[in-house]
Amino acid sequence: MTRLQTPRRRQGAGKTFWLTTMMLPVTVWLLLIRYLPMFGIVMSFLDYRLPTRKMPFPRNLLHSDWVGLKNFRFLFTQESVNMIRNTIGYNALWIVLGLLIAVTFAIMMSELTRKFLAKTYQTMMFFPYFLSWVVVSYFLFAFLDPTNGMLVRAQKAASGTAVDWYNTPAYWPLILTICSIWKNTGYSTVLYLSAITGIDRSQYEAAAVDGATKWQQTLHVTLPHLRPMIVILLIMNVGKIFNADFGLFWSVPMNSAPLYPVTQVVDTYVYRAYTSTGNVGMSTAAGFLQNLVGFVCIMAANGIVRRLDPDSSLF
Amino acid sequence: MSNVAANPKLKRMKAQRLNQISRPAEAVLHMILGLFALCCIIPFLFVIVISFSAEDSISRIGYSFLPAAWSLDAYRQVLSLGDALWRSYFNSFLITVVGTLISVAMCVLYAYPLYRKDYRFRGFFTFLSFFTMIFGGGLIPTYIICKNLLGMSNNYYALIVPMLVSPFHIIVMRTFFQSSVPFDLIEAATIDGSGEYSTLIRIILPIVKPGIATIALLTALGYWNEWFLCLLYVTDRNLYPLQYLLMEMQRNAEFLARNSSMIGAAGAEAIRTLPSQTMRMSVVVFIVLPIACAYPFFQRYVVAGLTVGSVKG
Repeated sequence: MTRLQTPRRRQGAGKTFWLTTMMLPVTVWLLLIRYLPMFGIVMSFLDYRLPTRKMPFPRNLLHSDWVGLKNFRFLFTQESVNMIRNTIGYNALWIVLGLLIAVTFAIMMSELTRKFLAKTYQTMMFFPYFLSWVVVSYFLFAFLDPTNGMLVRAQKAASGTAVDWYNTPAYWPLILTICSIWKNTGYSTVLYLSAITGIDRSQYEAAAVDGATKWQQTLHVTLPHLRPMIVILLIMNVGKIFNADFGLFWSVPMNSAPLYPVTQVVDTYVYRAYTSTGNVGMSTAAGFLQNLVGFVCIMAANGIVRRLDPDSSLF
Repeated sequence: MSNVAANPKLKRMKAQRLNQISRPAEAVLHMILGLFALCCIIPFLFVIVISFSAEDSISRIGYSFLPAAWSLDAYRQVLSLGDALWRSYFNSFLITVVGTLISVAMCVLYAYPLYRKDYRFRGFFTFLSFFTMIFGGGLIPTYIICKNLLGMSNNYYALIVPMLVSPFHIIVMRTFFQSSVPFDLIEAATIDGSGEYSTLIRIILPIVKPGIATIALLTALGYWNEWFLCLLYVTDRNLYPLQYLLMEMQRNAEFLARNSSMIGAAGAEAIRTLPSQTMRMSVVVFIVLPIACAYPFFQRYVVAGLTVGSVKG
């Protein structure tokens, strides 16, 4: 008996060892590039002194003064009220709009009888998802360029004057919304569509035999099936409500300063604060708050969902 | 009734229409979806047209779908840009290929033990990667550590390493293992005396090829579209990827356009030699073309991957 057990146990240890070696590359990466910077959060409480040759990077931290919450004072300026409003406002609007449009499109797509056309639409709608925001900013520029843009020329031809798009903040909430929906709708539509195609057709047939109209079938068969996926995507999006898409807010408005009141979000604020003033403490503090709020949001969203419907929660 | 029964074709058509929306309703759906789908590709077609427009047509009627005159000047200019362009093209390809290979290898190696129910530290490592999805150190600490401790500045390493791991891809890959590899297969291989690595490489990998293709495509797209890392870590023009070159062209053009009056003669000279609008549009075409060409082939894999990844992990 013992003779049989020994090689088995040794094999178990060997298995654990070899499998653990597979984890090593990613683990090292995670520790260095994701976990080590978490200790850097301490910089948001320091009056950061730049590293010099005499005092290279980690040591300069010891010589920086502890200033408590002073770096968080930026929160009480008009600028940061603006940027927080922008970040949360845009995200909330786009989560709701994106969800409504994508679910509607997916349901519409699933009702088409010409499958070839449906596939073609899907292919075309998915395309923008694969482009970078830099490229998208050029697409937009072709329409809004102050001298040659198509829209600008059309306005000039029609009324003699044209809007100076890149200097007029009033239009940008709409423009950014269009860009975001344009780029991301295809992706979420494909997600929901694949969930709909996974639904057993016999449920629809049974409903139809019972006299349910298409609209009733959608309400009582399709939507309940989509609910878990909608909930999961909602949790993930709510968790990211304080994170903005840097590329969208940076390159699409061409980094135009007059537009900052409506295009500044937390991510661009952190980057600009760091590059223009070099204020490490304050920009770290802003980033830390961002992560903290995101963490609290995702935990709260998941907790609420778990209480309401344990099967749909993320973890 | 007997008429319908006698004509099987008619019967089938009738059955097909059963529990389906009416024809006018379907026509409306086609219109809405078709219109939106068109809007998704029109800007790209527009940029292609602009890149083939003659400069004086643009200064006369602006950007238009029907330029007054066509020309290949933009592409001639782009090709005469020479080194800067080809160097950036090379950089983008290098970063994409090397980054994707390493990244996919790491992802598969990490996801495989996470799928193994009999692996002891499964819970710990799952948490280790998942936690980074919901909390992080933030941009500035990451930047300072990467730059000061890990030596990422003005090298390819800075453009590749920060994007190597994506917890989302790990979850997608693990789900692929779970849905396509029966656990008995591994037990059978172990009984036959196959080592862990040879089981993975010889037996498991051929089964999950579609999953690997998905991850590889998503990663490659990420690298191809990347410019933020360059903005952070790189100032050496020789290392610019294509996306960043494009961004910088725009920035220079705007800077000169705004300040031309102050710079004087040198500025006027700079503006004359500035990349023209059409030329910048043709660089956009150069960037999007590889994606647009490969897109119809890889779309299937990406859809498969996203569908799998969205399943509760």
